[in-house]
Amino acid sequence: MLEIKDLHASVQGTEILKGLNLTVKPGEVHAIMGPNGSGKSTLSYVLAGREGYEVTGGRIIYCGEDLTDLEPEERAAKGVFLAFQYPVEIPGVPNSTFLNEAVNSVRRYRGEEELDKIQFVKMLRAKTKELGMSDEMLKRAVNVGFSGGEKKRNEVLQMAVLEPKLAILDETDSGLDIDALKIVADGVNAMRSPERSALVITHYQRLLDYIVPDKVHVLAQGRIQKTGGKELALELEKSGYADFKGEAA
Amino acid sequence: MAATAETVEQVKSIAGEKYKYGFVTDIESDKAPKGLSEDIVRFISAKKNDPEWLLEWRLKAYRRWLEMPEPKWAKVDFPAINYQDYHYYSAPKQKGDGPKSLDEVDPQLLETYKKLGIPLHEQEMLAGVQNIAVDAVFDSVSVATTFRKQLEKVGVIFCPISEALERCPDLVRKYLGSVVPVADNKHACLNAAVFTDGSFVYIPPGVRCPMELSTYFRINEMNTGQFERTLIIADKGSYVSYLEGCTAPMRDENQLHAAVVELVALDDAEIKYSTVQNWYPGDENGKGGIYNFVTKRGACRGKNSKISWTQVETGSAITWKYPSCILQGDNSVGEFYSIAITNNAQQADTGTKMIHLGKNTRSKIISKGISAGKADQTYRGLVKISAKAEGARNYTQCDSLLIGDTCGAHTVPYIESKNKKAIIEHEATTSSISEDQLFYLRQRGISQENAVALVVNGFCRDVLQQLPMEFAVEAQKLVAISLEGSVG
Repeated sequence: MLEIKDLHASVQGTEILKGLNLTVKPGEVHAIMGPNGSGKSTLSYVLAGREGYEVTGGRIIYCGEDLTDLEPEERAAKGVFLAFQYPVEIPGVPNSTFLNEAVNSVRRYRGEEELDKIQFVKMLRAKTKELGMSDEMLKRAVNVGFSGGEKKRNEVLQMAVLEPKLAILDETDSGLDIDALKIVADGVNAMRSPERSALVITHYQRLLDYIVPDKVHVLAQGRIQKTGGKELALELEKSGYADFKGEAA
Repeated sequence: MAATAETVEQVKSIAGEKYKYGFVTDIESDKAPKGLSEDIVRFISAKKNDPEWLLEWRLKAYRRWLEMPEPKWAKVDFPAINYQDYHYYSAPKQKGDGPKSLDEVDPQLLETYKKLGIPLHEQEMLAGVQNIAVDAVFDSVSVATTFRKQLEKVGVIFCPISEALERCPDLVRKYLGSVVPVADNKHACLNAAVFTDGSFVYIPPGVRCPMELSTYFRINEMNTGQFERTLIIADKGSYVSYLEGCTAPMRDENQLHAAVVELVALDDAEIKYSTVQNWYPGDENGKGGIYNFVTKRGACRGKNSKISWTQVETGSAITWKYPSCILQGDNSVGEFYSIAITNNAQQADTGTKMIHLGKNTRSKIISKGISAGKADQTYRGLVKISAKAEGARNYTQCDSLLIGDTCGAHTVPYIESKNKKAIIEHEATTSSISEDQLFYLRQRGISQENAVALVVNGFCRDVLQQLPMEFAVEAQKLVAISLEGSVG
C-alpha cells in the first residue's frame, strides 16, 4: 500500500524529515507516535502533497506509484485521505455541497460517472446514519461554528463518503472528549478492510484503545526510531519520549 | 509566497483567452459618422423617428453635456475619453421596415444570440419551460423581442423604447428623465442626448408579470458606444422581475457604454431588477475592454413599494455604477445586493445610494467584492436619511475578499442622517482566500480552480440567493470563470 524510502523533507529550508522509512501493507493500521516537533504533522502534509513541504530526497510509493510529483487533488483522487488536526472553515459553502463537489471531483478523475443529486443525497444519508450524525450538520457551512468534536466528526464523515484506500489521521484525537473519541474511532474501524490501510498519528495512547493498531512507530527527530506492536504504545505512555529526545535541539 | 508568483504567471497565461463571448459578428451595419455634435444628435433623432419634444430634450441634454465636468471622485484611473472617436449610432442593416416577427430577423443575428446562450427562437418554442421574455439589443437597436403576445394578454408592455414612443408616448414622456434628470451627471447626460434604444416595461395596476423579463445587450461594432435607456414602470400593486445581461467582442480599443436605467414603483408595487454584467474586461494589461459608466436609479414613489437591485458585475475594464433607490413613499423598501469581481487590470467603483424620504422606509445593502490580479475595487455607498423620514432603517454589510497580494479593495461608506431616531447599521469585513482553505479542499479531490470557485461562491452566497433561479446557476459559473487562474 505505502512504502516510504529514506524520505527527506524540508519546510522553508529546514529539514524536518531526515531519512524516514515506513512500510504499510494493505489492511494494516499503523500508529505513529512521537514528541512535539518530531515531524508527525510534516509527514502527513508531505504525504498529502501540501505546498511548501518539499521532498528533498527519497521516495513515497503508494500502490506501486511514486506520489512525489502529484498534486494534492490527484493524490486524493487516488485514495489518499488526510483527516486534519485543525479542520478548516469554508464560510457560505454548505457541507453537503462541499461533499458533493468532492465526491464528483474524485469520480471524474477516476473516469467514473458522477452521482446525480438524488444518488448523492441517498448515499450521504446512509453514511450519516451509519455514523450516528444528524442531517442538520450537512446544511451548515463547512466547519463554521462547529465545536471541536463536530469538526472531527465531520472529518470522519468526509472519510466515510470518500472511502479512501489510505487514511491518514493527524492527531484526530486532540481536543476530543471520550464520546467524540469513540465516534471517531468507530468511523475508522468501520472502514477497516483487507484493502484499506490507515496511518494514525497521535500523541497519546488513549485513541489506540479504540483503534487498535497492527504496528506502532516512534517518530522522533525526523526518523522512525522504534517499531513495535500495540504494546509499544502502552510502554510509551509510561516512560514518555525521553529516550528518543537525545539529540533534540 | 510561491502561490502569488504562480498566480501572476497563470493569470498572464490565460487572461483574455477565457472570455468566450469575445467573437465578432460579421454583419453590415448602418452607422452614424464618428464623433459627436448637434448634427449627430439630430441624425440619431431622425433615425429613431423621435417626436419633436424628444429632439428638443436631446438637444438640451447635449448642450448641458458640453458644459458638464467629468465626474472625478471615483477611484478609477483611465486616460481622458476622446468623445469624437466613437460612433454614436450603429444598427445591423435590415431590409425594409425592420422585423415584425422573429422569422424576419437576420439569421446571422439569431445565430449570434444563440452563441451567447440566448436562443431567441428556441425560447419562444420552449414557452412555459424557460418562461423568460427577451429583448435583444444589438449595438444601438433592439433586434428582437420575444413573448410579446403572451405579455400583451395581461396588459404588460415590453418593447424597445423606440417603439414605446409610438405605442404609449404619454407614458414615456411622463416618466422619461423623471428619476435620473437629464443633467444628473455627465455620463447620464450624454445618454440623454444620444440614447438609441433599450427596453421599456409597463406593468398595469394589480398585475403580477407572468414571466421574467430580460434584455440582452450586445456591443458588436468597433469604436461604437452603446447608450441604451431602460424605463420600467410598475403601476399600483404590480410586480415585475427583470434581468439584463451584457457581452461584447474582444477589441483592443475601449468601448464606451453609458446607459441609464430608470425604475418607478407606485403604491404597493415591486420591481426586482437583476444584472449579470459580463462586458469584455480587456486583456491582462488592461488593453481594451468596456468603460461601463452606468446610472441606475429607482424611485419608490408609492407607499409600501419596493425596489430591489441585484447585480453580478464580472466584466468591463472600468465599472462606474451605483444602482440607487429613492424611498419617497411611506413604508417603501430599497435593497441592493451586489457581487463585483475584478481580476487582472480591471477597476470597479460601485455601490449604491439609499435616499430615505418617506416614513418607515427601510433599506438593505449587501455588497460582496472580490479582487484578484492587479485589480482595484471600491465599494462606495451613500445612506441618506431626511429629517422627515421617521422610523427609517438601514442595514449595510460590505465584505471584501482578496486573492493574492497585488490587488486592492476599498470601502467608502457615506452616511448622512438628519433624523435622530433613524437606525443605521454598517458592517464591513476584509478577508483573503487562505492557503489552508485551498489545501483542505484540494485534499478532498477538488481541483485548485474549483476550490477557488467554491470558496468565492460561498462568500457570495447571500447575494447569489437573491437572483432568479434560472440565473443563479449561470451566475455561479460566471463567478468561477471570472477568477480562473487567479490563484497559482
